[in-house]
Amino acid sequence: MYAYDEIDRTLVNERVSEFRDQVKRRLSGELTEDEFKILRLQNGVYLQLHAYMFRVAIPYGTLATNQLRALAHVARKYDRGYGHFTTRQNIQFNWIKLAELPDALADLAKVGIHAMQTSGNNMRNVTSDQWAGVAPGEIEDPRIWSELIRQHTTLHPEFSFLPRKFKIAITASDHDRAAIKIHDIGLRLIKNEKGETGFEVLVGGGLGRTPFIAKTIKHFVHGRDILSYIEAILRVYNQYGRRDNIYKARIKILVHELGIEKFSREVEDEWQQIRNSSLQIDDEVIEDIRSRFTYPPYEKLPHMPDELRQAAADPEFEAWRKNSVAPHKVQGYSIVTISLKPTGGPPGDATAEQMDALADLADKYSFGEIRVGHEQNLALPHVAKRDLPALWKALDKLGLATPNVNLITDIIACPGLDYCSLANARSIPIAQELTRRFANHELANLIGRLHINISGCINACGHHHVGHIGILGVEKNGEEVYQITIGGRADENAALGTLIGPGVKFDEVADVVEDIVEAYLALRERPEELFMDTVKRLGVEPFKERVYATR
Amino acid sequence: MPLVNGGKIVDDGFVKLAVDTPLPEGGDILVPAERFLGEAEGLLERAGKVGVIWPNNRDITELVPYLGKVAAVALVFPTFRDGRAYSQARLLRERYNYRGELRATGQVLRDQFVFMLRAGFDAFEVKKQADAEAFMQTAKRYSVFYQPTGDGRITALHRRMQLRHSEGVGT
Repeated sequence: MYAYDEIDRTLVNERVSEFRDQVKRRLSGELTEDEFKILRLQNGVYLQLHAYMFRVAIPYGTLATNQLRALAHVARKYDRGYGHFTTRQNIQFNWIKLAELPDALADLAKVGIHAMQTSGNNMRNVTSDQWAGVAPGEIEDPRIWSELIRQHTTLHPEFSFLPRKFKIAITASDHDRAAIKIHDIGLRLIKNEKGETGFEVLVGGGLGRTPFIAKTIKHFVHGRDILSYIEAILRVYNQYGRRDNIYKARIKILVHELGIEKFSREVEDEWQQIRNSSLQIDDEVIEDIRSRFTYPPYEKLPHMPDELRQAAADPEFEAWRKNSVAPHKVQGYSIVTISLKPTGGPPGDATAEQMDALADLADKYSFGEIRVGHEQNLALPHVAKRDLPALWKALDKLGLATPNVNLITDIIACPGLDYCSLANARSIPIAQELTRRFANHELANLIGRLHINISGCINACGHHHVGHIGILGVEKNGEEVYQITIGGRADENAALGTLIGPGVKFDEVADVVEDIVEAYLALRERPEELFMDTVKRLGVEPFKERVYATR
Repeated sequence: MPLVNGGKIVDDGFVKLAVDTPLPEGGDILVPAERFLGEAEGLLERAGKVGVIWPNNRDITELVPYLGKVAAVALVFPTFRDGRAYSQARLLRERYNYRGELRATGQVLRDQFVFMLRAGFDAFEVKKQADAEAFMQTAKRYSVFYQPTGDGRITALHRRMQLRHSEGVGT
């Protein structure tokens, strides 16, 4: 965990009082809605279909239990008793009242939580691997760098009014759980031949109306230069990014229009001017940030404790363990993913009671720490293996032990037309129906790893382009129509999905997904060949034939 | 529109000229970039100070040869959502060491003052009277800054280092 010091706390409190003043001026009419809109967006406040929506930052997806309890408190006191975890490791509350927002922010500030730059055309919350610091084989904990960048990007005096939003993600593992290739800047932490820490820098990824996979702009930027390099990218973007058309304003379009070579030359020129400035980070600064991340006092524990051996007789426990428990870098410990995708539920929702209960479980079994992943699930990052059976029982009672992590019912979905004023179609009911269709765990397991991502409009908040099966809701002649893609992925081999054919109606979506899955089961060479691999081997054609043969 | 300079509301000593306004005999003038570049020599020879109004989509390096001679540079925020002039301001101050008046014009509102001060602006044509009156109070909203800029305010990272070293002395 990163511990805020007095300096960080002061800034968060200053931000709360600034926002309180802004809300007051809006309510008195001193600020027009047009003027206020940008100010509230910079504090994570959107106006949705029914009410204001409030998005709270969870930097790099790490939460302490007192912070999770504070989120539960906000859900209970200012909202309708639940919150919604997002694909950028944030949480959203959907029913907040404008006049109460400053108080909600003040309550969160007490535990070092804020909503700065969770929306608006600025540098958004920095995201990272939800297994950072505990994943085996990781180069080093990427959160040290995430925190450094979080600080640098917070209330940046030059880059708070960019052409469009700007997202940075960092990973330090071979397997990319942070989806860095669909970010404006993706950072892959690596070591050079001298053993020094640095980054492969990728730029220009993003989904939305014109999706692009990020391209490598520089193969190695030394850690001490990372802030100046990011600053150089931002300065080029701030000056030359398009501002005439909201759909062409992301950096991906600038990179595409200039070409990566020309864009990288512009950045290089700018960088050479600023790299030897006060942006250079000395080791002492890094060490200071590192020293404020605390790690649990792990015990020396056996690889296979008796508790685990005994519990193995229970098939339900075993199903959950095999699905939701991952290896930890320390022997005797595990990383436990908590599925927020129960059968029939909206993906990513958690009630205040669940959040409080999870905080208690994290205190008891995970050294007081919780993580949020971009797949809209939570994780307990330091669970002793001997505690797994007891933890499972407790999670099961809370409805938080659905063993479907990475399976077909572990769906990413945006809020869609149920909440969002931009949406053209519903997302959540599609996800709910699919979780019911594939509720049989043996069937889901037989299918194996398969990610379905659903967006209710072209803005792609549900990351449909990079779903193994992607579902995009659009509006056609006043009706919801869904376009289906297959073959997308968001990991280190990121790719955009391919459309399989004409859109289908709301009631047909689940049937189409079933057809695709049946085709896959019939086409795969062996059970270990995952859906993605079959699509890669055969292309979309056989799936298309199957889906449209009877339609 | 009130002008804030040095933290106070002041009278604007400059008269703004359009592209085709006849040149007044004396007095201080602010001239659009295009006209300035076209007539620079003549403008700089006359009595009275000369400033230039520089649009946010024009390369600031064109102005660099004149920076020692102009008394003011006015950068433009066509709307407060358009942040290009922040980059221009920092380049002028930090890369080209411009020390004259750096004025924010256009849709200049209270909630941008701190960003503008940090980027190097020291004069503000403020859209609303109430915002201009609240300038000093608003400028003090923040005491913590995470980024180093040319305004010289100490960053959080460096303040921590100082604290660390001063603690180190005692022990």
